[in-house]
Amino acid sequence: MSDVVEKTLTALPGLLSLDSQSTKLSSTSKLGNLIRGITELTSKHEEEKLIQRELTSIKEQVSSPNTSMRQMKELMVRAIYCEMLGYEASFSYIHAIKLAQQGTALEKRVGYLAVSLFLNESHELLLLLVNTVLKDLQSTNLIEVCMALTVVSQMFPKDMIPAILPLVEEKLNHPKEIIRRKAVLALYKFYLIAPNQVQHIHNKFRKALCDKDPGVMTASLHIYLQMIQENPEGYKDLTTSFVTILKQVVGGKLPMDFNYHSVPAPWLQIQLLRILLFCSTIFLCRDVAALCIHCVSLFFYCIQPLSSFPAILYESAKCIGNFVLSLKINLKYLGLKALTYVVQQHPKLALQHQMTIIECLDHPDLIIKRETLELLFRITNAQNVSVIVEKMLEFLPFLKIMLCCCIIYTLFIVLILFSYEEYTYAPDNEWFIETMSTVFSVGGDMMQPDIPNSFLKLLSEGFDSVEEDRKLRLFAVDSYVSLLQGEPGKLPQRFLQVISWVLGEYSYLREELEAATVLRLLAKLLDMKSTSSETKSWVLMAMTKLCEGGAGVSVTQEVCETYGSSLDTVLRQRAQELQHLSQDCELRARVLPRGAGLEPLEVDSSLSFLDGFVSEALAAGAAPYKAPHQRQEELAQAKALSLEPYGLSLPISMSSCSIADRQSPTLLSVSSGLSGDSPDLSHKGGSTTLKLDGVKRVWGREGYLSEREPVEESAHVEVPSPLQSPSQQGEADSSQSQTLTPIPTPQPEQEKQQLASSLFVGLGSQSSVCLMGKSESTTQRFRRKAKGTVSSSGASEQISNSLASTPSTANHLLCNNLLDSNITSDLAVSSLEQTSQLSQGPAAANGICDVELTGSDMSETSPTLIRDNGVVAADPAPHEDPDKLKDLCLRTHLPAEFSGLCHSEITPLCTNQTLDFSACHLQKEDSLALVAFIYNCILMFCSFQVSCVCDSPVQEARSHSVAVCQYSLTVKRPSVHVEVVGTASYQFPAGTPHSAQFSYKLPLTSFIRPLTVSTEEYGAMWLDFSHDTKQKLTLISDGQEPLTDTLNVLKKKLQLHVVEIIGMEGIVACRLLRDQPCLMHCRLHAGTLSVWLRSPVPDLPDCLMYHCQRALQEH
Amino acid sequence: MIKAILIFNNHGKPRLSKFYEHYSEDTEQQIIRETFHLVSKRDENVCNFLEGGMLIGGSDYRLIYRHYATLYFVFCVDSSESELGILDLIQVFVETLDKCFENVCELDLIFHVDKVHNILAEMVMGGMVLETNMNEIITQVDSQNKMEKSEQSP
Repeated sequence: MSDVVEKTLTALPGLLSLDSQSTKLSSTSKLGNLIRGITELTSKHEEEKLIQRELTSIKEQVSSPNTSMRQMKELMVRAIYCEMLGYEASFSYIHAIKLAQQGTALEKRVGYLAVSLFLNESHELLLLLVNTVLKDLQSTNLIEVCMALTVVSQMFPKDMIPAILPLVEEKLNHPKEIIRRKAVLALYKFYLIAPNQVQHIHNKFRKALCDKDPGVMTASLHIYLQMIQENPEGYKDLTTSFVTILKQVVGGKLPMDFNYHSVPAPWLQIQLLRILLFCSTIFLCRDVAALCIHCVSLFFYCIQPLSSFPAILYESAKCIGNFVLSLKINLKYLGLKALTYVVQQHPKLALQHQMTIIECLDHPDLIIKRETLELLFRITNAQNVSVIVEKMLEFLPFLKIMLCCCIIYTLFIVLILFSYEEYTYAPDNEWFIETMSTVFSVGGDMMQPDIPNSFLKLLSEGFDSVEEDRKLRLFAVDSYVSLLQGEPGKLPQRFLQVISWVLGEYSYLREELEAATVLRLLAKLLDMKSTSSETKSWVLMAMTKLCEGGAGVSVTQEVCETYGSSLDTVLRQRAQELQHLSQDCELRARVLPRGAGLEPLEVDSSLSFLDGFVSEALAAGAAPYKAPHQRQEELAQAKALSLEPYGLSLPISMSSCSIADRQSPTLLSVSSGLSGDSPDLSHKGGSTTLKLDGVKRVWGREGYLSEREPVEESAHVEVPSPLQSPSQQGEADSSQSQTLTPIPTPQPEQEKQQLASSLFVGLGSQSSVCLMGKSESTTQRFRRKAKGTVSSSGASEQISNSLASTPSTANHLLCNNLLDSNITSDLAVSSLEQTSQLSQGPAAANGICDVELTGSDMSETSPTLIRDNGVVAADPAPHEDPDKLKDLCLRTHLPAEFSGLCHSEITPLCTNQTLDFSACHLQKEDSLALVAFIYNCILMFCSFQVSCVCDSPVQEARSHSVAVCQYSLTVKRPSVHVEVVGTASYQFPAGTPHSAQFSYKLPLTSFIRPLTVSTEEYGAMWLDFSHDTKQKLTLISDGQEPLTDTLNVLKKKLQLHVVEIIGMEGIVACRLLRDQPCLMHCRLHAGTLSVWLRSPVPDLPDCLMYHCQRALQEH
Repeated sequence: MIKAILIFNNHGKPRLSKFYEHYSEDTEQQIIRETFHLVSKRDENVCNFLEGGMLIGGSDYRLIYRHYATLYFVFCVDSSESELGILDLIQVFVETLDKCFENVCELDLIFHVDKVHNILAEMVMGGMVLETNMNEIITQVDSQNKMEKSEQSP
């Protein structure tokens, strides 16, 4: 009968109103009856009655032997319905199993469905299903196999896995894809619940991964994700396969129906990216990730996994930006979430979105608000804490109605406490106490109990400054007294407990406040109906501390009378204490010494002070004490009357006793080693005003447009100020003054900007460039380089001045130098001006030399020298004790302007009877200078010319004097060693031209300079470089941190710049002179260092790798 | 992993509940009630994600839901699932239902709970997404229906 209904239903689909269909159904279907009955009901109680009736009738029918399988199926659907509504139908479980066992396809399916809905993995009835599953797995009917696999993956008893494992395994080779797919997932389930049992079939997973059906492959990814998560190293060899798959997917190699809204198989891509994320070779999938980012819509799906690729942080940041700005609320949410995720490492990323974040704070959607607050929480620092806390306070009332209240609440409290305690952020005492009061009164009983405790701990332990502590406590007392004078009934219990503790402990600090007044206020609390007994005992404790004769006596007396006979034992105990201590002043002073909050209490756990009492009692014939467990044992042995309830009550009263301690309960265990610095209490500004000092520095100008301001400024900060040339300083000054000029903006907008500036203060001050705009940052970088004023080796101010100021000074110095040598030479030389033309054969034309020499004469005073990478000179630095006298004397000829730059040893290049030709090279920031010394050995004046690649002006050298030439070297094509080959041609006034060949070899490392980039820039650059090489290098493992040690050695020897070290990986950047960067990624792997070099310049990675290797070997 | 899939109507009446982790009967009912309580209060123009709930297991769990006319489709997932991925999975699920029932409505879900479960089983298996390709799901469901019918007719 019911299948007639079934057919009617399929024939009449999509009937929209309940009535039309239920009239058709009601007459025939029992389920229809039931549902109609339920919809007609109005109260929960009636529904309950109806369902119970229904269940009874189902129960009768299922247990009747005459019920056919078909009817059983219908009954099961009804039972499922009842279970869904929350009514247990446990009697039908066994019948569901029976149905699965005996029914034909459709009935079997319902049976399996009912089983999977009713039972769980540990249910004992499930064992009865194992045989059925076994039988169905062996069935030739595809559907039965499918059903069995489905139920296996939903739940299967762990112990029975071995029984069916071979069968499921066999299904991996099934000709039908759907079976293979389900078998893979079933195996995955087995892997989750019993990993050891599927150990031996890992190879088969590989086969599934290579399956020709994309569905089977997709299913196998679940397993690999799990396995790689557990053991990233173990599946390294598969990484390339995953990358290949991903590339194929992104490249649209899958059939069209895998596309979802024209994105090729987004779910598959997410899964693959997740896997690749766990594969340790992060950089390997960088290009793949970049590939995915191109497809922006896909990025929506994988925003979280993708944001964690450090290599593509720049792209991610851009995409996150699009998200945050999106009008679609779901995307905005995801953007905020991703931003929250990345700002933990890169707080500056929040800067560019500050206005959006401000707007999100006022967003009507609470979830968005919450996410924004979380974001703010992540960027909290010393300067913006008060503003952020204020924002969070505004949000507090909403929290009550949200499920997430507890989490954000804890977050918030921790923030406040931390701000005060650890970083001494908080603006002042008033702010802190008031904020905490607000928090307690709003959050009240929702918060975790340890929060009030840590607050009290903070109060009692205080900070370094005694005076500040006193002020803080005093203020707390004042504010709490006024709260109690108001309407204490509205305050939450936890807050009342805090108040009474503080008043009991510290109200003596306020001298004009009489103890009696406080006592009366506290007594008022006791009278309130809403006060819980726990709070009452706190109040009584406080009163005990306060009752000091005088006016308070009557109040205490009254209280004692009321609670002395209380049914609550704890309260009665407190009242008794109060009574005794208020009468015995001496004892009170001993028990509760005033202001003793700082000393930790010593607890005599052996209760030795009772020894006398015990021995007396024993002598008087009392039974010796027995521990509770002993008593229990004895009781069990004696089988006497059970006294269990008393036994149980013992620990309870013990724990409540601890409240009687002078400190709040947790304080007993507190170590007094709080190392908080004394809080910065200098700001006395109101807590609610926006904190704008220190803001203009970064955010002086209007919001959106001025966002690039801080970027520039931060870049200025990067240049150490002593090294700035006057002109540069002037520039910086002007830009700074420009920044400070406020530009009027509309009022509400301005408010938001003020808020923004106060929220984001402190983020921009870090030195590296924010991701705002890549173009800005790059121009910055290059501008700075072009000036070439900063020496890499921390040059003194003097040098930088001489370097940065006009070149004339340098030349002046040089002239002096030459002049000096003139004077020292004994012989006067006649023909000063005589010159002769010399041969200019460029040696590099032979192809031996890959070096381009830009020669420049010393005597030339062209200002272009500095603007181009020009003037190089070396340092006399005589203190460097040269080996040879000649060396020393040559050194003195090094132009003075280059003092401070390190130069290589001066190497003789060629020597004959007339000329002594030596050279050395010097490293400047942007260039490598070759300085050649020509020493004229004979007593005649000679003119000469050194030619390498370019023309070198003819120069003259007097006898026994030294002429100095300098060349700027650049590398055209990197090789491991760079050789400069040239010819020195010289001619005596009356002689024939001579020439001498020379060659000068220098390692590539001389051309390497550190490249200062931020991690983001690094990521962006990495993407663009096409030439790479990989190698494993030996690790320097004598220290604690092999990676850091190794990188430091490389940094020292090769002048690399270590950008960042993240865990086992480090990224390093350098450049070949000016603008040929090379990036290095190092990763610790099995005791070696896997190094990956990338550069836009061919051969550079290989050569650098060689030098890295050398450097580490030499170490 | 998907922890639970819930469907209920605008009044909070459950229409389908499938848990991929074991909870006691009471907990399940409480989860359904609280989820409805949370979801029903949200406007149409707010985001489709809720998180930080205490229901299923703390902060790691998120609710991703969609509201269609009279029904809420809610997926409870842990942090390993992509929000938008699940959101689109719900869309795929609903579209599949629409194709299988030809213009689906709440009543189809009530009277054919078993069929809906079967369709769902083709998409999500043991908390894992099995198939997201709508054509493939429909093919599977159809072929199974056909086979069952052929078995029954003789």
